[in-house]
Amino acid sequence: MNLLRSDLAAPPQRGNTSSPAQPVTRRSIDGSTAAPVEQPPPDVADAPLLRCEDVSLGFPDKAVLHGLTFDVKRGEVFVILGGSGGGKSTLLRCLIGLHEPTAGRVLYGDRDLYQSDEAQVASLRREFGVMFQAGALWSSMTVGENVMLPLQLVSNAVGSAMSDAEREQEARFKLALVGLGDAFDAEPSSLSGGMRKRAAIARAMVLNPPLLFLDEPSAGLDPLTSARLDELILHLCNDLGTTVVMVSHDLHSIFSVADRVLFLDAQTQTVAAIGPPLELRANGPDVARDFLNRGEDPSQQAPQR
Amino acid sequence: MPSPPQPLPEPAAAAAPAQNSAIWQRGETGWLLQLAGDWQHGQPAAMPPPPAELGRGPVVIEAKNLAGWDARFAAALWQLLSSLRAAGVQVDLNSLPAGLQQILSLSLPAAGDNAVPAPRAERPNWVAQLGTGAQDWWRDARITLTFVGEVLIAVGRLLRGKGKMRGADLAFQIDQTGPRSVPIVALVTAMVGLILTYMGGAQLADFGAKSYIADLMTVSVVREIAALLTGIILSGRVGAAFAAQLGSMRANDELDALRTLGIDPIAHLVLPRILALMLVSPLLTAFGALVGLAVGWIAAGVIYGVASVDYLTRSMQALGGEHLAVGLIKGSVYGMLVALAGCRQGLYSGRSAQAVGEAVTQSVVKSIVWIVCAASILTVIFQRLGI
Repeated sequence: MNLLRSDLAAPPQRGNTSSPAQPVTRRSIDGSTAAPVEQPPPDVADAPLLRCEDVSLGFPDKAVLHGLTFDVKRGEVFVILGGSGGGKSTLLRCLIGLHEPTAGRVLYGDRDLYQSDEAQVASLRREFGVMFQAGALWSSMTVGENVMLPLQLVSNAVGSAMSDAEREQEARFKLALVGLGDAFDAEPSSLSGGMRKRAAIARAMVLNPPLLFLDEPSAGLDPLTSARLDELILHLCNDLGTTVVMVSHDLHSIFSVADRVLFLDAQTQTVAAIGPPLELRANGPDVARDFLNRGEDPSQQAPQR
Repeated sequence: MPSPPQPLPEPAAAAAPAQNSAIWQRGETGWLLQLAGDWQHGQPAAMPPPPAELGRGPVVIEAKNLAGWDARFAAALWQLLSSLRAAGVQVDLNSLPAGLQQILSLSLPAAGDNAVPAPRAERPNWVAQLGTGAQDWWRDARITLTFVGEVLIAVGRLLRGKGKMRGADLAFQIDQTGPRSVPIVALVTAMVGLILTYMGGAQLADFGAKSYIADLMTVSVVREIAALLTGIILSGRVGAAFAAQLGSMRANDELDALRTLGIDPIAHLVLPRILALMLVSPLLTAFGALVGLAVGWIAAGVIYGVASVDYLTRSMQALGGEHLAVGLIKGSVYGMLVALAGCRQGLYSGRSAQAVGEAVTQSVVKSIVWIVCAASILTVIFQRLGI
């Protein structure tokens, strides 16, 4: 944990993401000197952290997606992309155990999220944190209590003794990490939308899970806040070795943080393409290319005046 | 407006450009729609329907003399053109002003796209409505049954000592629901006690049996009325609050956030609320009965001159343990139903602010209906048991 508050406040030193000619240099925030916290043995490192096998999703009255097969590799930023109403959020809900697929399997390592017994699912849940779209902070608690609750639950479940002071310290540290050091005693309702999202990220990562799910982290945020969130995501990946799976619409942030993009096509209701964003923009199928080109140069897209 | 090919009377379009006109005319290659004049200033714009023998032949819109147009004109033209497009007619728009062309190309289905717009849903006939209504009812009932089943499972876990409900949650809910309901329970039972004494006394006085007011009041208030009133008050004061709390948590994804941490909302949110009301409701019922009897005692003395000692003696004689037990059991059952209805509606509400409002309304309606049904069933059961 070599991450200090000042790192986050430092101006971004990323490559210029708005120029298509210049490849984006990701992972360059602190000169790539920071080694991942834990270096898993090579055979474990190669195994996907999360795997979807031929997953179909739907509601009783309507099918949403089918034939989804993909891996999420350890330590990458994996972005789920697609048009509105294309089932991105449903897929995310499926990956976190809230929407059972109508067919197929969701595997964490070799454990099936929907076929395991209760104890296994409980231990699986400790391996990921989730940030919901609007934050979903529990409104009856303060921000600090929100962040501490997962710690409390886990120490109850595992029986490990973590004192109140330790919990509070951990929660305060995570809040400071997202730039909300002084919001510990605030009520969620008194926070702005962006602060709620950041507090929710702090809550999602308070258990140091190897995997983080973020649902539209930058939607509805101003460009500066959203750029700060991108940085935070990169720090999480580079410095803490966290794998991030996120749903996003923000092309700017996708090009700066994503290792790979999964593009869902609402027409065919399945995966249209999967790969690094720059590669998809250059050689992907038309739907993905159109989508990814859209954000790059707004001046070309505006109607002629 | 009659559609058949018009023999084109006067060349009105050319003569008076200010007078707007839209005329179908047969051209060399197909049909022409000649638009002319100034269509601005919000006159109701209507396009003549295409001639019957148009078929699929190409159509050219001719707008050389079109002096002005506005949004209403564009809408009328769009309606005509989209029906032509749907019929597969080729339409040449090149003569229209550039802005109008762009607006139409944005709004019209792409050329060659023969997707027929979905027909407007017709109002289903009464048989179909009955069927959908029954389906909706069954879906709703299934959710309720599933919910009740889940609650029972959670209660079972709790009884086996595996429950995860926190005592603090239960204490908090008891505090929220109990003491704060005391004033309104007192007020309502006092008023109803007064009415009952007054009406009952008026009838009994005809037979010279005024002192039986005590029997009437004691049995009816303790056995039925206190519990019923408490249940209805709780449904409005507490059940609605449950639905609103859980509904807004659902709308805000807070319930999902709990589930991803492995926290079962039934055990952690629903169970404390149900148990709290099952404990608080009989206490409120007993308190309400006490207030009702006290008001009856005073009113009988003041209005009908029943001696205090007489009233109290008769009241104690009438008040059997079985009446008290029946009243308290009913109070507890009604409290449970109120909590179930509130939590059921909140937990399965929609994910919008409007849906939360509907959940609150539904919770009050459901709990009152359930209370009345339970009242009838319990009355029959206790009658059969001879209690």
